Amino acid sequence: MIETASLLAVLPELILTGSGLVLMLIAAFGGDRSTHAVNWLAVLALLAAGLSLCTSMAHGPVAFDGLVRADAFSVYAKALIYGAAGAAILLAPRFFAAGGALRPEYAVLIVFAAIGMGMMVSAGDMLTLYVGLEMNSLASYVLASFMRQDEKSSEAGLKYFVLGSLASGILLYGISLLYGFTGSTAFDGIAIAMGDGVSKGELFGLVFVLAGLAFKISAVPFHMWTPDVYEGAPTPVTAFFGSAPKVAAMGLMVRVAIEALGPAGLDWQQIIIFVALASILFGAVAAIGQTSIKRLMAYSSINNVGFALVGLAAGTPAGVAATMSYMAIYVVMTIGAFACILQMRDADGKPVDTIASLAGLSQSRKGLSAAFAIFMFSMAGIPPLFGFWAKFLVFDAAVAANLTALAAFGIAMSVIGAFYYLKIIKTIYFDEPAAPYEAKGGAVENIIMAACAIVIVFGYLLNPLLDKASAAAAASLF
Amino acid sequence: MDGFPILSLMMAVPMAGAIACLFAGANNARWIALIATLVDLVLGVVLWINFDQSGAGAQWQFTEYAPIFGRFAWALGIDGIALLLIALTVFLMPICIGASWNAINKRVGEYMAAFLFMEVLMIGVFTAQDLYLFYIMFEAGLIPMYLIIGIWGGANRIYASYKFFLYTLLGSVLMLIAMMWMVHEAGTTRIPDLMAYNFDPKIQIWLFLAFFASFAVKMPMWPVHTWLPDAHVQAPTAGSVILAGVLLKMGGYGFIRFSLPMFPEASAQLAPWVWGLSMVAVVYTSLIALVQSDMKKLIAYSSVAHMAIVTIGLFAFNQAGLEGAMMVMLGHGLVSGALFLCVGVIYDRLHTREINRYGGLAINMPRYAVLFLLFTMASVGLPGTSNFVGEFLSLMGIYQVSTWAALICTTGIILGAAYMLYLYRRICYGDQVNADAAAMPDLSAREIWLLAPIAAAVLWMGVYPESFLAPMRPDIRALEARLAPAAPAGDSQIKMGAPKPAGEGHHEEAAAHGEAH
Repeated sequence: MIETASLLAVLPELILTGSGLVLMLIAAFGGDRSTHAVNWLAVLALLAAGLSLCTSMAHGPVAFDGLVRADAFSVYAKALIYGAAGAAILLAPRFFAAGGALRPEYAVLIVFAAIGMGMMVSAGDMLTLYVGLEMNSLASYVLASFMRQDEKSSEAGLKYFVLGSLASGILLYGISLLYGFTGSTAFDGIAIAMGDGVSKGELFGLVFVLAGLAFKISAVPFHMWTPDVYEGAPTPVTAFFGSAPKVAAMGLMVRVAIEALGPAGLDWQQIIIFVALASILFGAVAAIGQTSIKRLMAYSSINNVGFALVGLAAGTPAGVAATMSYMAIYVVMTIGAFACILQMRDADGKPVDTIASLAGLSQSRKGLSAAFAIFMFSMAGIPPLFGFWAKFLVFDAAVAANLTALAAFGIAMSVIGAFYYLKIIKTIYFDEPAAPYEAKGGAVENIIMAACAIVIVFGYLLNPLLDKASAAAAASLF
Repeated sequence: MDGFPILSLMMAVPMAGAIACLFAGANNARWIALIATLVDLVLGVVLWINFDQSGAGAQWQFTEYAPIFGRFAWALGIDGIALLLIALTVFLMPICIGASWNAINKRVGEYMAAFLFMEVLMIGVFTAQDLYLFYIMFEAGLIPMYLIIGIWGGANRIYASYKFFLYTLLGSVLMLIAMMWMVHEAGTTRIPDLMAYNFDPKIQIWLFLAFFASFAVKMPMWPVHTWLPDAHVQAPTAGSVILAGVLLKMGGYGFIRFSLPMFPEASAQLAPWVWGLSMVAVVYTSLIALVQSDMKKLIAYSSVAHMAIVTIGLFAFNQAGLEGAMMVMLGHGLVSGALFLCVGVIYDRLHTREINRYGGLAINMPRYAVLFLLFTMASVGLPGTSNFVGEFLSLMGIYQVSTWAALICTTGIILGAAYMLYLYRRICYGDQVNADAAAMPDLSAREIWLLAPIAAAVLWMGVYPESFLAPMRPDIRALEARLAPAAPAGDSQIKMGAPKPAGEGHHEEAAAHGEAH
């Protein structure tokens, strides 16, 4: 018997599912001509789903007997996910039009991925988690190979699929171990069973589950798919991968670690600390030699995930709030940076992705260069840009949780990371001009880029709001 | 002036100017920048006039507080120390703009915007009363300076800009971790409260080292000074002026505002190490300066030596030393700025910084030779010029604590005279061996207008330093009182010998005894 309250609690998912199916039909019958209509309708659907978040929480926090949660945490994460997904749809048309792949399925797939991601962050049970994860992953595999006539894109999709399936297998194995040793797949059931001490079997399950999730957030040592997929996938898809699924996977990781594995905090803390430091270091060092900006952004995302995990490593409400704030700021920076990267088109409108082609851009495209510089300085964590505040929050949480050494190491390694962000600014501002880009960017790209840049520059004024939202999100897990 | 947010206004004016410059053409940008910096200079004068120097009122004046950033606040306020450094900043900025008037002719709008943004941040550093606000201002200065060196710098500018950025960033990030720890421990981000908070002396050492990493690099102290010669040599003239004039002072300001009052015990314990580094710096960098063939590099190394006099004065823990350190900072800010301008004047004409390419300029550029001589003498520390006051007080302060440190650092004055006079001889005296150098025209009216105000200020500071000592005296006293319990004992205490019974002792023996004391 399904209660109305449970249905109302998952209203955002229902809206997206319904509209996704309708859009699919429109796409099937309308063909490629319907692309723009489908895009805008998909954005509207995401907007409607976002608005319905306001009401869904009133019917939570528990729905479907604990299978799904509709708490402040899921609302916070979903707001970010829907926003990022919407931006990924809006940014895409010019890119696909240039590549001759302007098809309506793109937006539909993103809507389906958004449903999966919404389920991931509001899962209250390992099985809901898995279904949500797979729903997102399947849509993502197709998106990665969306330009199917392009060899690199197909390769990216295949790689993503093979490695993603492996990770799903690892995750499932961990879930089955946890189920076997705790007798439950529900997060609270697992937590209760672990409350009396963590057995060997539970520990193994924990390690496998975390390994599977680490793959999804592309944390070292499960990051190897990221550079290839980011580089091969069409750029709007890369923008999408870099933003929304990262929030979803990070939200999932946080929820599983705190809600299900909370009693084993000391055990997973070591894992998270290692993964965080390894990601920060590897993401920083490996990015230095890159020549493609998309590959560089892949390493940058690994690097950023490491920083976000520092907050989780603290294991405190403040730490979780810091991680969630980090993801919010990170999503804005990533979308903004990709809005810049998508404008990297040569004079004929063909997309380019080499860093060398950016040389001397500041002399021909002042606005684009300034935005690029803002996002790069911000990612490097240089105040007064907002990216600094993201790093500040996670390290502050680590210091408050007596992990001062972790914070000191992490922040010292952020200096290595600063180097390659500086390299891009150097290329844009200091070098002699290379072949010029297209004279003007698209209107939508410019609007999104400017909006993100404004948030990054004036973000500190949002602090009270962000603090309140992330604290409420974190509080709902403890 | 009560309640009028003059400090915010002083930051808003250059900020507005910076934004306007970004959208203006080359010539408009120059005028906007000049007007904005002059308005700030006027505001600085108003600030000084309204500043209560008596020490009877509150220590922190012109305070503003707006908790708009969640965890930290827009909290501003100044004491005498900050007032003087702000005055230095607003005084040098119009000169920097003037120095770039003709020298910079590509991307002028962006250049002026970077400088004005720099001014906002420098004023922000000296006025911030919130720990995190201070950090943000302190660190944000890297962005405009990186761009100034990288875009408008010399041939090897890219290496220098990276080195400047990463060196100072690495120094600063550890300070941030220490700041977080302090805020959690003390439960406040207000700097005046933290200055009065007593941290556990064992932890203080770690906190001190974290702050030291940042300020020592910024200062810069030996052996982390190596970014400075590169940055100075590659930066455009005005960039060097602001770097030597104000940015280095942020390190000294950091010591006087954070390290000393917040960690007095740790400062006292580690003071001998700081003296050691300073002694090495004074002698070593002076000797390096002696053999430079590049004018800017020479002055850069002399900056490191002068900054070592600052640290030696700061870590003397007494009023003379602290006041002396402040005076050296102010004096050096003016004099090194002026010296870089002097280098810029002839660089603009001949486009080389090689000392050997010049010679005998006193013949064809007499006005230039006079002003350059004045600043050379001021850099040497001739009585009657600004640096004499500061160096004398610093060394007097350290003499009370460590005679050895005083002895070795005083040799720096002699070496300083050596390299500066040698530089002056090679440039202005001797035969005019280079025809192109001999044909250079004397100072233009614009250049005289740039150098004359500095010359006046240098002489004023040397002849009547009380104008500059008075505003900071109450604050230095307060700092000395804060440091008094921890201050290290001097090594030249007077000990009373036991008198020998009359008639027994020989006259010679008594004399020898007296000498030992």
